[in-house]
Amino acid sequence: MTYSHLGQNLKMITFLSSIGQSVLANLTKTGRGTLFLKQTLACTTSVLFHPQLIIKQLYSVGVLTILIITISGLFVGMVLGLQGYYILSDFGAEETLGVMIAASLVRELGPVVSALLFAGRAGSSLTAEIGLMKATEQLSGMEMMAVDPIQRIICPRFLAGCLSMPLLAAIFSMLGILGGQLVGVTLLGVDEGAFWSQMQSSIDFYDDIINGIIKSLVFGLIVTWISLFEGYDAIPTSEGVSRATTRTVVYSSFAILGMDFILTALMFGDI
Amino acid sequence: MEKNNSKNANLITIRNLSFSRGQRVIFDDASLDIQQGKITAIMGPSGSGKTTLLKLIGGQLSPSHGTILVDGLNINQLSRSELYTLRKKMGMLFQSGALLTDLNVFDNVAYPIREHTALPETMIRTLVLMKLQAVGLRGARHLSPNELSGGMARRVALARAIALDPMMVMYDEPFTGQDPISMGVLIKLIKTLNDSVDLTSIIVSHDVQETAAIADYIYIMSSGKIVGQGTPQELKDSKSEWVQQFMNGQPDGPVKFHYSSDNYFDDL
Repeated sequence: MTYSHLGQNLKMITFLSSIGQSVLANLTKTGRGTLFLKQTLACTTSVLFHPQLIIKQLYSVGVLTILIITISGLFVGMVLGLQGYYILSDFGAEETLGVMIAASLVRELGPVVSALLFAGRAGSSLTAEIGLMKATEQLSGMEMMAVDPIQRIICPRFLAGCLSMPLLAAIFSMLGILGGQLVGVTLLGVDEGAFWSQMQSSIDFYDDIINGIIKSLVFGLIVTWISLFEGYDAIPTSEGVSRATTRTVVYSSFAILGMDFILTALMFGDI
Repeated sequence: MEKNNSKNANLITIRNLSFSRGQRVIFDDASLDIQQGKITAIMGPSGSGKTTLLKLIGGQLSPSHGTILVDGLNINQLSRSELYTLRKKMGMLFQSGALLTDLNVFDNVAYPIREHTALPETMIRTLVLMKLQAVGLRGARHLSPNELSGGMARRVALARAIALDPMMVMYDEPFTGQDPISMGVLIKLIKTLNDSVDLTSIIVSHDVQETAAIADYIYIMSSGKIVGQGTPQELKDSKSEWVQQFMNGQPDGPVKFHYSSDNYFDDL
């Protein structure tokens, strides 16, 4: 065997070894994340007896995200109104604009876009907060005071995230529909009665609205879980927290879009 | 929960302790005792595992081998609830203070009392003000942690550490980065608290003069082992090269100035 063959074999072994190490590291992290979720869920009951902890977090996780959700929802609805009108008017079906906007928002855009915005606004903030608490030994300090940080810090934020997400998605969809109405009815002259009545008759409460709420609940759980775990698992340095914050946004976005496909296939598709 | 109820002069007994982080050995068969009611200092160069020792005593880390008995209880065999019960009797002063940044000074000190007792708010107020008075910061009760200097933050953290009247307090590098006045205040506070409320104090530090001034007994650690022990005077008189290098701050000796490496000229 020549030296070049030996070199190639060595490179191949190094390559395979690095893949193996990466897979093992990711599996280990997934295991840690699952245990973290289990511990968090185990604390839920006790935290429910301290509603003030959840209310405080509902404000910072949910209420402070309303502005970005409201503005984005309004503009997404206005764009849908414009695009929808130009396509539907080619077929003389502009009266169905309301149905198109409402179905798009309630089924897909509401839960998905609001979850992506939630990951960017609240998720990154949660990761940075928990990561910095770890870096400044606040979590260790609580443990040494015999206070469980999962119960006092993580669980209230987790519940607040899960509760906020469906409400934010509902606000997003509502503002989107109003934006669509503003453009379609007020500016482009679609009949107001047809806009609202067709929407009312075509949108199904269970198939569309409840499924949309289920989606946003799932997205809320996933985004909050990823955000809190990344902060809790962050390397306690400024670079470590910065990387964890970036990972939160990237992983949350992938998880939302991937999970959306699975949920849509289960709810609406015949796959 | 097994508890040794017999009157024991040692509050903490550590035997044959071994602990590693990955390939790096932090403790290698180390044994030491912490006497009740005394100030015991754990000293050694940076990276010798002093803070790790406090985390092992507090049960935040588990040793790979050996036993740690705190108040007669084997800390590694305790259930989570038993460990938390024991921690209520332990105070710890972190190097950074570790104050909760969303609470002001008063609420930080009140935090462990509110978490672990059902006392009325008026009584909590009295207790917190007494603790803050002891560290001289009663007037700073409304300040938030980001308005405090490093020395003040550590004093608030000390007030919080003694909020539940623990049997022992662990101090992690209490003098690092302190100006001479803050350092003097902290030295006086640690000594006064230890003597007046019969605390057991463990100080982890590499500030030789300040620690030796108040410690009753000192352990010097290096490379995972106890390389010297005794009263401050005994260590000053010690013939051990390790002890002399550390106590006198000599740049080279058994603890090498250079990190382990290949020959310098071969490396160039």
